[in-house]
Amino acid sequence: MSEFLLEIEHLRKAFGALVATDDVTLAIRKGETHALIGPNGAGKTTLVGQLTGELKPDAGRIVFDGRDITELSTARRARLGLARSFQITSIFDSFTAEGNVALAVQATERHSFRFWQPAERIARLRRPARKLIADVGLSPLGNLIASKMSHGQHRQLELGMALATHPIMLLLDEPMAGLGIEESRAMSKLLASLKRQYTILLIEHDMDAVFSLADRISVLVGGRIVASGTADEIRNHPGVRVAYLGEEDDAGDFRADG
Amino acid sequence: MPRIGAKMTFLRRRDALLFVLLAVAIALPPYCGTYYTRFATQIAIYGMAALSVDLLLGYGGLITFGQAALFGVGAYAAGMLTVYGLTDALVTWPLAVLVSMLFALAIGALSLRTRGFQFIMVTLAFAQMVYYFAQSLRNWGGDDGFTLPQRDSLGLISLGDHTTFYYVVLALLVLIVLLANRIVRSEFGMVIRGIRDNERRAAAVGFPPYPYKLAIFVIAGGIAGLAGALMANHAKFVSPATMSWQLSGELLAMVILGSANSLIGSIVGAAFFLAFRDVLSDFTEHWMLFFGPLLVARVLLVKDGIWGMLVRATGADKVGAPRVDFPEALEHAADSKPGAAK
Amino acid sequence: MTLALLVEQLFNGVQFGLMLFLMAVGVTLVFGIMRVINLAHGSLFMLGGYFLMAALAWTRSYTLAIPLAFVGAALVAVVLEIVVLRPLYRRGPLDQVLATFGLALFFNEAVTVIWGRESIPLSIPPFLTGSVEIIPGSAYPIYRLVITAVAIVAGLLLYLLITRTRVGALIRAGSDNREIVAALGININLLYTLIFALSAMLAALAGIMMGPLLSVEPGAGDPILILALVVVVIGGIGSVRGALVGALMVGIFDTLSRVLIPLVIQTNATSALVGMAVYVLMAVVLLFSRTGLFAAHRG
Repeated sequence: MSEFLLEIEHLRKAFGALVATDDVTLAIRKGETHALIGPNGAGKTTLVGQLTGELKPDAGRIVFDGRDITELSTARRARLGLARSFQITSIFDSFTAEGNVALAVQATERHSFRFWQPAERIARLRRPARKLIADVGLSPLGNLIASKMSHGQHRQLELGMALATHPIMLLLDEPMAGLGIEESRAMSKLLASLKRQYTILLIEHDMDAVFSLADRISVLVGGRIVASGTADEIRNHPGVRVAYLGEEDDAGDFRADG
Repeated sequence: MPRIGAKMTFLRRRDALLFVLLAVAIALPPYCGTYYTRFATQIAIYGMAALSVDLLLGYGGLITFGQAALFGVGAYAAGMLTVYGLTDALVTWPLAVLVSMLFALAIGALSLRTRGFQFIMVTLAFAQMVYYFAQSLRNWGGDDGFTLPQRDSLGLISLGDHTTFYYVVLALLVLIVLLANRIVRSEFGMVIRGIRDNERRAAAVGFPPYPYKLAIFVIAGGIAGLAGALMANHAKFVSPATMSWQLSGELLAMVILGSANSLIGSIVGAAFFLAFRDVLSDFTEHWMLFFGPLLVARVLLVKDGIWGMLVRATGADKVGAPRVDFPEALEHAADSKPGAAK
Repeated sequence: MTLALLVEQLFNGVQFGLMLFLMAVGVTLVFGIMRVINLAHGSLFMLGGYFLMAALAWTRSYTLAIPLAFVGAALVAVVLEIVVLRPLYRRGPLDQVLATFGLALFFNEAVTVIWGRESIPLSIPPFLTGSVEIIPGSAYPIYRLVITAVAIVAGLLLYLLITRTRVGALIRAGSDNREIVAALGININLLYTLIFALSAMLAALAGIMMGPLLSVEPGAGDPILILALVVVVIGGIGSVRGALVGALMVGIFDTLSRVLIPLVIQTNATSALVGMAVYVLMAVVLLFSRTGLFAAHRG
């Protein structure tokens, strides 16, 4: 049908006098990796909240895979194939790493009203979980209780859980947040490997990653999309530089080698 | 495979501890006479009720101040049926469980729309509603309650004898513990624990929280109702006091004193509470004067409950490590919290 | 059911509602700002009554006894805040509920130790006895009118405190963002102690005023506390306006249903329905809005 997997149409959200999302229209094609960048306070978190169903927009609609999901709950959207990872680590603290992913795998079943079999022994849950743990590079730590993992390992786990639900689209909220150089490179490599299989909406501050991964980039400033295009187009867009950096020169951030 | 062997030793230690407790429970009370047999029966009954609270609290993260209402509903249902002449436990007890599950469904459907502090207040309020309802039943003694002409019989077995009744109650308690254990380790249990740990994440992964929370609420209500039915038979007396919010609070206290998130802990906590009351009442009728501060002290000063401390003291705490089927990657698996999910 | 009787019951309902307001506003302030649920709040209501009785027995004068009772309640509140409540600010709801529940159990038993289990009647202050004809044919007790007035004054003073004073601004700021208030160099500990003492004083005031009407007994504060919690659920957590509206709703609804329901429904279930009416109201409000009518924050 449509070549677009996610269509955001004239979305608007205001908190009292503060308009956090101001007539945002954005369309993401199937298979595309689309990055959303913008300074802090631009309204990225509010936008993500509306896409995942945690916030209700004041106006506008969201169409996912041909379906209007504006009124759907977070869980419903996840089951339709929209998976997300959180900017601030949000995992099941008392579960092991593998347990976390296994629970995400479990979520793909029609329901979980099964009371008898111990979940840890169910191969159809544990096997894919183990594989995903390996895929995101957490293999030796599968049995580590999640609350005891490092921040970097949490980011990997976040990604693993997003992948576990067999999504068609990944909404990745600052997957590189707080990672060191080595870890960022590893995560970037990991994300690159996902490009072929998934449509990705990537929210990030790390410009290296953004320019190396994104097919298209949109810039959100003050709740509005001020520019949208390919990496080159955005790099050379004068308005973007000003909005992002506040001045004409010192646009070092916007060179991929910067 | 020495690693697995090492784990097995730890597993055996906790199981051994449980086995010892069970052996004591089976052998000791009748040996000590009627008074202690009845006392042990009371512990088992309150332990079952406290366990239902632990299911909600420790595993579901739901702090309910209204479980006594479901306990009382079970007691009233069983008591009323017995007075009406239905004295077969195989009929009345399941019916009592069913009635309390229905009440739990109604209360839960409304209460679970709220979260956190509001949920606590709302469960408290609904429990009061049931309490006032019970008080208003003029035909059933109102505030004074009513007595049962006899205990129900289990099929052909008469339960009038305290020792027989005790063993029946104990068997049911063991059954409930095994069932609850199955539930918390099942797929359903995993969802409940996930919702407890991080409801937002659970929803983001595809689990709608409400139906699962309602289900555990109803299950816990049924268990509390069974405990209530047993209580009605134990005392041959039922009154609105079994539904008071103080009892709800006491059940929470039992879970915390014994160790939340462990099932067995709530039974240990019930034993502690009743023993404390029993021993101190010999000295003063104002034993509550000491229990209140004890509870405050436990909350403010002590990090864990009795069962947790016992498990750690006997070295059986390594059981927190996941019982894994595959030997690789056992290195980092250690957690001192009993009942941690795998 | 005469018009006079209906009006009298309405007045009673408003009066009861205002008492509940004094209780509920304390709950909602303490929870809204300090994020603490305090199940010992009912104990302060109860202690208000007991301290009044004890002070009366000692001084034989209402004019001395009432302030003394306040001082006593204030002392208890301050000690409570420092010893038990402060460690609880950082803890979760379970710890708070259990610790304050333990306190409530302790206080109920403590008054039994000191003054016995029986309910002790208190007489209305001699200068406030008698009634007045507010509607021709209906004599309404002066005492009830006076305490209603006192509650209204207390409410107004509270409103002025919160909206017009520096302390009030701090209270409102603390309600929105604790860290900023602390960062401004304000002594958060002192602020919290003040807020708690304020809420305790309001509860004690309600207890002192209701003493002559309800009699003083162990556990007297518990049913009032529960109704206050219902008020907060209905009105919305953290909202003083919600506490007022909710309290008046509950007070009037409860009082009127006690009178009207037995007239309409003449069965055995009558007293059940009467006691349950308020909770049905709460259930209806919850169906309508999960966070109550005027919620200040979300959960």
